[in-house]
Amino acid sequence: MNSISAARTRRIFLQSTALGILALTQGAKSVLASAADVDALIKAIAGDRKPKEGRITLDLPTIAENGLVVPLNFEVESPMTESDFVKSVHIYAEGNPNVRVADYTFTPLSPKAAAQIRIRLAQTQSVSAVAVMSNGDVYATKKEVKVTIGGCGG
Amino acid sequence: MASKVTPRVRMPATAKAGEIIEVKTLISHDMESGQRKDASGNKIPQHIINKFTATFNGKEIFSVGWYPAISANPYQAFYVRVPESGTFEFTWFDEDGTTYKAEQKVTVS
Repeated sequence: MNSISAARTRRIFLQSTALGILALTQGAKSVLASAADVDALIKAIAGDRKPKEGRITLDLPTIAENGLVVPLNFEVESPMTESDFVKSVHIYAEGNPNVRVADYTFTPLSPKAAAQIRIRLAQTQSVSAVAVMSNGDVYATKKEVKVTIGGCGG
Repeated sequence: MASKVTPRVRMPATAKAGEIIEVKTLISHDMESGQRKDASGNKIPQHIINKFTATFNGKEIFSVGWYPAISANPYQAFYVRVPESGTFEFTWFDEDGTTYKAEQKVTVS
């Protein structure tokens, strides 16, 4: 092989590699959800009402070493009576391939609108909790979790 | 997936009338997210438990819909009130149509 064709091969190789990397990073971006997806879901639940702050205690580690198992703990302040109770609580993770994590449905028979679960987080991101009360009020809160090792395979 | 799916429930067997107790549940299940690839690069299809319910004497108290973001071997803790002696029943619904059940009798002392 003479030096000219070697240089050309190298250039072609570099160009195609650069294109490949570009395609890869763009592909990876489109797979994961964004904060806008969470906002759209909250809007679908709340409708015209603006989500209020407060009443929800969302407990997650500030730094999660392993994204495969992140403990999540929430409690919504409510008397939990027939006339005033928490209807549902939704958990969303904006940086996961699928924003939805869990949808809880409570009844007046549940004494506390609280639960603990372990979730997967693909990357460092904010986790949202949205609570819908029996009178239609919507409360929302967010907490950021730094993830050292992502939890979605790949 | 592991062929044996074992549900486990931990809660007291006796309680005072009206007492609020914590229920801890665990079920062995891979919760395959559908994002992983096998050694030859093929996507492993999603296979999860997508619903869990708790009832007391046949009435639903609590339910939750799960998505692939729930960790393998899902752990779920929550609270129930014990108005009278009776049976709590817990059901996990697998996407493939299988249901796994566990029950616990609680006596009011």
